Amino acid sequence: MSRELFTFHGGVHPPEHKSESSGRPLHPPLLPRELVIPLRQHLGNPAKPIVEVGQRVLKGQMIGEADGYISTAVHASSSGVVTAVEMRPVPHVSRLPDLCVVIETDGQDEWIERTPLDPHAMSLADLRMHVRDLGIAGLGGAVFPSAVKLDPGAHHCPVLIINGGECEPWITCDDLLMRTRADEIMDGVAIMRHLLGSLQILVGIEENKPEAIAAMQAAAARLDFAVEVVPVPTIYPGGGAKQLIYTLTGKEVPSGKLSTDIGIQVFNVGTAQALARAVRHGEPLISRLVTVTGHVLRPQNYEVLIGTPMRVLIAEAGERDGATGVVMGGPMMGVPLASADVAVVKATNCVLVRSAELFPPLPRELPCIRCTRCADACPAALQPQELFRFAKAGDFGRAQEYHLFDCIECGCCNYVCPSHIPLVDYYRYAKSEIWAREKEKRAADLARERHEFRQFRLEREKKEKAEKLAAKTQAARAQAASAQPAESPATAPSEADARKALIAAALARAQAKKAETAPRNTEHLTPEQQRTIDEIEARRAKIRELAHQPLETEEKK
Amino acid sequence: MPAPFITGRASVTQVMGWVLIALLPGIAVYVWLFGPGILITLGMATVTALAAEAAMLKARGYPVKPFLVDLSAVVTAWLLALSLPSLAPWWLIVTGTLFAIVVAKHLYGGLGQNVFNPAMVGYAVLIVSFPVQMTQWAGPLALTGESLTLAQSAAAIFGGLPKGTLDAVTMATPLDTLRTGLLQQHTVDEVMVQPIFGQFGGTGFEWLAVAFLAGGLLMWARRIIGWQVPLAFLAGVWLTAGFLHFYDAGRFGAPWFHLFAPSVMLGAFFIATDPVSGSTTPRGRLIFGFGAGLLTIVIRTWGGFPDGVAFAILLMNVCVPLIDQYTQPPIYGATRTGKDTQK
Repeated sequence: MSRELFTFHGGVHPPEHKSESSGRPLHPPLLPRELVIPLRQHLGNPAKPIVEVGQRVLKGQMIGEADGYISTAVHASSSGVVTAVEMRPVPHVSRLPDLCVVIETDGQDEWIERTPLDPHAMSLADLRMHVRDLGIAGLGGAVFPSAVKLDPGAHHCPVLIINGGECEPWITCDDLLMRTRADEIMDGVAIMRHLLGSLQILVGIEENKPEAIAAMQAAAARLDFAVEVVPVPTIYPGGGAKQLIYTLTGKEVPSGKLSTDIGIQVFNVGTAQALARAVRHGEPLISRLVTVTGHVLRPQNYEVLIGTPMRVLIAEAGERDGATGVVMGGPMMGVPLASADVAVVKATNCVLVRSAELFPPLPRELPCIRCTRCADACPAALQPQELFRFAKAGDFGRAQEYHLFDCIECGCCNYVCPSHIPLVDYYRYAKSEIWAREKEKRAADLARERHEFRQFRLEREKKEKAEKLAAKTQAARAQAASAQPAESPATAPSEADARKALIAAALARAQAKKAETAPRNTEHLTPEQQRTIDEIEARRAKIRELAHQPLETEEKK
Repeated sequence: MPAPFITGRASVTQVMGWVLIALLPGIAVYVWLFGPGILITLGMATVTALAAEAAMLKARGYPVKPFLVDLSAVVTAWLLALSLPSLAPWWLIVTGTLFAIVVAKHLYGGLGQNVFNPAMVGYAVLIVSFPVQMTQWAGPLALTGESLTLAQSAAAIFGGLPKGTLDAVTMATPLDTLRTGLLQQHTVDEVMVQPIFGQFGGTGFEWLAVAFLAGGLLMWARRIIGWQVPLAFLAGVWLTAGFLHFYDAGRFGAPWFHLFAPSVMLGAFFIATDPVSGSTTPRGRLIFGFGAGLLTIVIRTWGGFPDGVAFAILLMNVCVPLIDQYTQPPIYGATRTGKDTQK
């Protein structure tokens, strides 16, 4: 029985460099003196710290709780004392520091009490809450909170795809995981199936991992439900979710939508294994497999406690002279780091040490000759040469028309470009410019609304003042009018009094006249005026709403 | 520097280098047919092109070396040299090359920016300005019995031959002969009995065409060019000529004859495939190639010049932005939205 496979557009075949690290066995976890655990290790809201400086924490103890639906918890990777909750450098493309819990380990590695769960003895909602509180996030690189993805709520996903593609050169941690822990991965798959109600389960593994394929197929055969382990062609980026979906099913995820919109959910093999550990053993996600490779003496896969500084791993793997930098991830999509002092996070699948021999500086950039090798290589079937032209010219509108935001930044175009143009950089630049402009536009809209409201308010205040004044003078005139007839019969009016009364009456008349010509109050409005005011009030409400929005969206990023 | 940190081995120099290599079979046949004079033409065009390129780069404030070694100027020079008649005088070669590099390439912004194929611009300028010199083709080996020696060619190119001698060695090309014959109210069959017409093309010329075809196939095999432009170009020539020939065989030349003119093979595989001035989308390339092929026959048949490849390609160059805009291929997830193609 062999499944019909579909060939996606483009892709490249960079040198694999997998054998460097795949030959060695798994290195057990190192226990560093200090663990630096960022509270934002996943997409969505960062976890809220729930520990204090000086507090002793146990291995697996929650130190940051999930904040909102799209969030997940963070745990201590070993026992020790919290020495700081502060901003520290983290492995992120922005190179900005982020809030971290710093733990000085005590070497005892003392666990909290772990309670295994029986997924069948609890409601699915409870199970998902546990998944969230045990810190499970996608280990393929995107670190999206798994509990959210395991909620079939809005979309029923009959197809579950487990991603063992691992198409990036140099990285072998998923390979090793599949070779050594296939049964645990399958156990995680069973839990996913339970949560999602999946009808069809496919595991895609690139053909360059025959041992992993064999191990996974053997594990699948031991299950009491059907899991099809499918070898897929080795081509970068065949392990990209959208590409793997197409390879296995022939379906494309519609532009701007999610795979769940076409009834497919995708998880990385590492996520499945972490889920199994969490549910069956009550172990939160506090460690993961990391490939330490490149310019080191002994490239190898490590089981790494989250928060372990990368420098510790590089030292253990054998630091070499001539290193030119450290990358988190692979050479095609990895994140270059400012230093190796940052800690391993849930998203870290590889610590790649660069050197001039392994990663020579790219040749000089020449002009684009429109050869369209990039278009041939683009797995999103874009026209990278046009996107480049528009991005370079600052014509971001055209770039968007040419589907800039469908670019997955896989780097294939860069890789094949005979002019060695850093195309992806141009796309990132164009995207960030568009985001910045949209933000600016939103701010400008907000400012305009504010200005309009201020104009309205000033107008209204002026009206109100005039109204008050009119009311006052009217009252005065009424008083004067009532006082005069009452007074006259009582006392004989002297000449002076008569004069005074005359002056007073004249004054009152003048004031009354003035009041009449002054703007009237807001009580007797025409429907038109009322509508205008209503509109302005509605806008005001929107401003209030908008004023809160940017904060929220920023947090989500 | 952000990712990716690795790059493939492709380079502009490599792409251009393969184009030059693919031209070698054609050059070899050229030498065999018309003598080694073409080597003088090629050399002179190359030197002129590199000098002009270097001067323009310097004038425009670009680094000279990385752009000189990209070989794009050499490709332009060779394509122009191979389009010129075999006994073109030296000043014709220099003028054409200078115009191609200075005006058509650098004044449009240099490598990657030229709207028109530089070699064809050079050719067009020459054929419009110097129509007489542009017909100085030596007779092919099969008709003359022996090709010109290097010294004879050099003498012709540098003007060392007495006037009468030059006339004695030049001969009308097959396309010229056909055109002249038709203008004199002869039928195609009457004209085609002349010895200049060979098995399927022009005597000798047909083998030059085959050599260019071989070079083109080599480029296709090496993935230097795609199949769309050449195939569509040849189809455009063949179908248009075939349609006309079928309509009136007496007034319009046979499609095979048109197809195996060297200019068609050179144009289809080496010139219309110029990525810079050509279309970039798969469907656009079909339209671009077919249009150029069709226009080639139209110009040959009704135009003022015996051959139309250069003008056909230049005309299609103008259409490229329009063609590209309306032939954008579907992206992943755009048109085949969620369609289940599973059997």
